[in-house]
Amino acid sequence: MKVPLIALLSGIIFGFGLSISEMINPTRVLGFLDVAGNWDATLLLVMCGALAVAFAGFTWVLKRPHPLFTDKFSLPTRKQIDTPLVIGSAIFGVGWGLAGFCPGPAITALATLSPSVLLFVLAMLAGQWLAASFIK
Amino acid sequence: MMPEVNVVNALSGGALIGVASILLLALAGRIAGISGILGGLVTGSIAGDRLWRLAFLVGLVIGAVICSLVVGPLRVQLQAEGWQLLLAGLLVGFGTRLGSGCTSGHGVCGIARLSPRSITATLIFISTGMVTVYLVRHISL
Repeated sequence: MKVPLIALLSGIIFGFGLSISEMINPTRVLGFLDVAGNWDATLLLVMCGALAVAFAGFTWVLKRPHPLFTDKFSLPTRKQIDTPLVIGSAIFGVGWGLAGFCPGPAITALATLSPSVLLFVLAMLAGQWLAASFIK
Repeated sequence: MMPEVNVVNALSGGALIGVASILLLALAGRIAGISGILGGLVTGSIAGDRLWRLAFLVGLVIGAVICSLVVGPLRVQLQAEGWQLLLAGLLVGFGTRLGSGCTSGHGVCGIARLSPRSITATLIFISTGMVTVYLVRHISL
């Protein structure tokens, strides 16, 4: 029962961070991606804040033998830069540029009860399911 | 004219995202990659692996609600609608699954581990995102 509670707490802090930094607002995100227009620096600052903290924290945490409440770190095992990584990331970027939503902010923005956000999240789930069937 | 940026909220919000990722890794050994957490819920088959994923995603929404109560109303100004929004959702879901991650998993957690895969993925999705916005806004396809 400990892991779900930790996940809930982590999710709450993550969602609060995405909300206060306005990353749940697609207009902010599209403003960052619009380098030829009125460029918005918000996303860059959010990334810098997140990376500064995460880099220091991860470096320290990953030197421990195991996490506090489980017996091992579940880290990605693949090391190679392969075709699925490149093609998948390219496709993701196109969708991200079309709507200004990536998975975290879209789910967090469900808090507004907007039908459009729900439509995006459902389409995203369908896309995930399609890719999972495509890979197999 | 550049849009107004709330530097304090952006940096502290980013720092909180970092803190949340550290907590999940240090206490539970998991990576806070949201497309991956969602993916395991959609197509996962491992018993007992679903509850923590659901808890994290519910937490995201609760975090937004707390922010709206403590800080102020949430602003979500969508610029895409209808079929464009639907297509965008499909591409984001498909792409993050195929590419094993999104802005949180690759962009924050992966780069923080200095993973070459994540650094590559992040450079690619930021680039195709910028090209897409350029085509939509300045060439108006």
